[in-house]
Amino acid sequence: MSDDKPFRLLPRVEDTNEFFWTGGKDGELRFLRCQTCGYYIHPPSPICPKDLSKDLAPEAVSGRATVHTFTVNHQPWIPGYDPPYVIAIVTIEEQDDVRLMTNIVGCSPDDVHVGMPVEVTFDEHEDVWLPLFKPRGVDR
Amino acid sequence: MSERAAVISGIGQSDVGRRLYRNPVELTLDASLAAIEDAGLTRDDIDGIATYPGNMEFPPGFSGAGVTEVQDALRLNLNWYNGGIENPGQLGSVITAWAAIGAGYANHVLCFRTVWEGSAQGDKGRASVTMGGRSGGGFRAGGFMQWSLPFGAPSAANWIAMCAQRHFHEYGTTREQLAQIALNARKNAALNPKAIYRDPMSMDDYMNVRLITTPFCLYDCDVPADGSTAFIVSRADAAADLRKPPVQVEAIGSAIHGRPSWDQWEDLTTMALRDAAAMMWQRTDLTPADVDLAELYDGFSFITLAWIEALGFCKKGEGGPFIEGGQRIARDGEIPVNTHGGQLSAGRLHGYGFLHEACTQLWGEGGERQVPGNPEVGIAAAGGGPLGGCLLLTRR
Ligand SMILES: [Zn+2]
Repeated sequence: MSDDKPFRLLPRVEDTNEFFWTGGKDGELRFLRCQTCGYYIHPPSPICPKDLSKDLAPEAVSGRATVHTFTVNHQPWIPGYDPPYVIAIVTIEEQDDVRLMTNIVGCSPDDVHVGMPVEVTFDEHEDVWLPLFKPRGVDR
Repeated sequence: MSERAAVISGIGQSDVGRRLYRNPVELTLDASLAAIEDAGLTRDDIDGIATYPGNMEFPPGFSGAGVTEVQDALRLNLNWYNGGIENPGQLGSVITAWAAIGAGYANHVLCFRTVWEGSAQGDKGRASVTMGGRSGGGFRAGGFMQWSLPFGAPSAANWIAMCAQRHFHEYGTTREQLAQIALNARKNAALNPKAIYRDPMSMDDYMNVRLITTPFCLYDCDVPADGSTAFIVSRADAAADLRKPPVQVEAIGSAIHGRPSWDQWEDLTTMALRDAAAMMWQRTDLTPADVDLAELYDGFSFITLAWIEALGFCKKGEGGPFIEGGQRIARDGEIPVNTHGGQLSAGRLHGYGFLHEACTQLWGEGGERQVPGNPEVGIAAAGGGPLGGCLLLTRR
């Protein structure tokens, strides 16, 4: 980890979530998908909640999403996370009941709004690629 | 209705303070013995314990005592006990006492909840996460926290703020409206000698204090505190000759039908408490119009607004206009809310304070803050996010 990167608390990478947290290495946002009915399952589970199939596999999605809601955080909860920053819940384009908590980057906090179209961008930290989201078509 | 099998026969509370620096087990015993005495019982009568969240070392101050400390300190002979965190909200632990008594496992269940988050926090401020940091050495988040911590969202303040923001977006709710939850709590706290913050608060104070996580400012977030609250839940036919006419429970709400999640719940403007409230009304002939007071969880101000809507005091989405100006929820209003000052001003006793206040009011023991008109029906409700449980109480 290079010193110019801000400190981030990281997830514990395990067999059940590795596809998600390392997808960014290949530029892919991945979710577990039922191979029987096509339903995306998040957070990961051993069984499809729709048809109880256990035939599940990680698949890449488009990375496009919409801001469902957000908050501009002003409280310095964790050393290294410098407020203000935007925490959001986004829904992925492929299935509107798959949501991710994330950060909106690449724009001013004042420009973030509910319904805003965004796309994924990854931050690499150690063995984890954190999926963040930015306005579509802009560079960070 | 099976709720009639049990009643609340006594309540107790320890000293309450921002930072007491006292042994939390001692606070728990103070509250427990006060409740036993209030009911007119002795410790030999207690044959059950229910508590939330059970013994926990972390986060610091979140749990002051578990079943075992209290049982051993008082040398209780228990036929049934339960301590745990996977409940329908903090009051879900009290609700389990109805199940135990209804099933015949116990006659008098001691329920308690103890916090010492004020002392645990010390002078360091509301730092919700102290592990990790650059020198934290290898901490990694699992469970739900893996989806929130990496993004700097460690606190329920962040998660509930996003529920509030969604409500603002869908219904046009404003900060000026939400402020009334905090202003009302402070007004009531002024009349509660045990409340932590009792100085007057104005709309200007609210609008000018620092933001925590939009749309929440400091005054939308409850106050970490030290204190213990206890209840005695008794088998109805074992309570007939006790010290006070017991508080009856007309109906309980413990349901959760949607996904049990802070972020995947399908309608963040309602949260899970929607299902608990709906279940409660399905189990009674009473209606919101019969209710004389409502003690509604305010870990964050928006949660109270969500309970107001879920319980049917106004329509879904109309909570903002309903509380605007604050008159309707005032102590002398249509539906007095958080008459002790809530957790926002009286301190974060974490759910149990609301049931304590509802019983206090129904017994006419509110002193200066007593709701006028001899209230007979009250609600105690606790929990936000994926947690929710509520009780409809009557004095008859
Ligand atoms: Zn399926």
